[in-house]
Amino acid sequence: MTPDRDTGARQALSGRRAFLGLAATAVGGVLIAPGIHLMEIAQAAVPGASAAGANPRVHWGLLIDTTKCATGCDDCVSACNTENGLDPRPSPTSAQWIRKVEIKEIKTGRAQSLPVMCQHCAEPPCVDVCPTGASFKRADGIVLVDRHTCIGCRYCVMACPYKARSFVHEPLTGQKPDVPRGKGCVEGCTLCVHRVDKGGSPACVAACAKAGHHAMLFGDLNDPASAISIRVRELATSPLRADLKLGTGVRYQGLG
Amino acid sequence: MNTAQRRALARRAAAVLALACAALSIHVPALAGDGATSRGLEPAIEPARGEKCVADPAFMRRNHMELLKHQRNETVHQGVRDARASLKGCIACHASAATGSVAVAKTDFCVSCHSYAAVTVDCFECHASKPQASASLPLSPPQTGTAAPRWVAQSRQGSAQPASVR
Repeated sequence: MTPDRDTGARQALSGRRAFLGLAATAVGGVLIAPGIHLMEIAQAAVPGASAAGANPRVHWGLLIDTTKCATGCDDCVSACNTENGLDPRPSPTSAQWIRKVEIKEIKTGRAQSLPVMCQHCAEPPCVDVCPTGASFKRADGIVLVDRHTCIGCRYCVMACPYKARSFVHEPLTGQKPDVPRGKGCVEGCTLCVHRVDKGGSPACVAACAKAGHHAMLFGDLNDPASAISIRVRELATSPLRADLKLGTGVRYQGLG
Repeated sequence: MNTAQRRALARRAAAVLALACAALSIHVPALAGDGATSRGLEPAIEPARGEKCVADPAFMRRNHMELLKHQRNETVHQGVRDARASLKGCIACHASAATGSVAVAKTDFCVSCHSYAAVTVDCFECHASKPQASASLPLSPPQTGTAAPRWVAQSRQGSAQPASVR
């Protein structure tokens, strides 16, 4: 290599290095500075996104006052069946989203009645075991099944400690437009997500209030000013199977 | 057969061919017009309600499934409802005037095209193919702390003692 060519090559190399260095700086700058901005935008975009859908700042919860829940009343169950297009006269194999449970302490004879449905856990076992990702938790804490992805394996039915999930065995007809349901999928209480997304509360809560019992209270657990937050702050409430530490969205008052 | 005879035959054949061509050229448009539907070969597309579709019809014919698939994930996972490409929106405009559905009769919007294209449509095994009749229960929005119900006052009275202890 002649000295001339050598210098030329070195110059070219140093030019390339300088360019690469500049490019790296530029890319680094682009990556770092907008990276911060992107985070800020992502955080700032949360309330905007919430306007039309699940808001990650909201944690929907349900508080059930067992002292007000009337024995023998199943208005919440029938409201759920009507709202979601479930079997009005359920057979042993029908899907069941909510059920009334009557319990009695043998020593004292104190009887209680309470509805049990999907407890909308913060750490849902059904989501942990789902092999396809069909069982999922929404940003606002509602646990759902995406029926498009559900293969009907029923692992979640086994995993749920509250027996809140059902499997649809038979072909269905006459589904509600807001509540698509079909054979071969697992389903459970959706906390009437179609009503909640429109600013309403679940059908069971509305039915309970309509019947005059007011045993169910629905609201945002993350909002300190919401009625449910005030109530769980001021009164002794507990989740079912608190030992499992699932962080349920549904809590009970007056149990135990 | 001599040359003259051969020529005459060729002329006659040409005349017959020309006649056949003329006849076809008259009849083919007629077949493509009303004849095709009467033969049941083309989908019977019922006119939809509403001013216009969410996208150009040619685009929708090719891509409606992609729009619906995208929208279904947004709706199920993020709770975005009544969006531009929602299935309920499609049904609201395209439900048949006769059956009130998009998938009950063979002439209904979705089924007529899908059977023409020989593509199974699974949507309506789970989804309702008719528009919503009416809401049964009022939405009754969740209670806020501002409109405090009676139990709040009660519970505050009840918790007065622990508060004073604190």
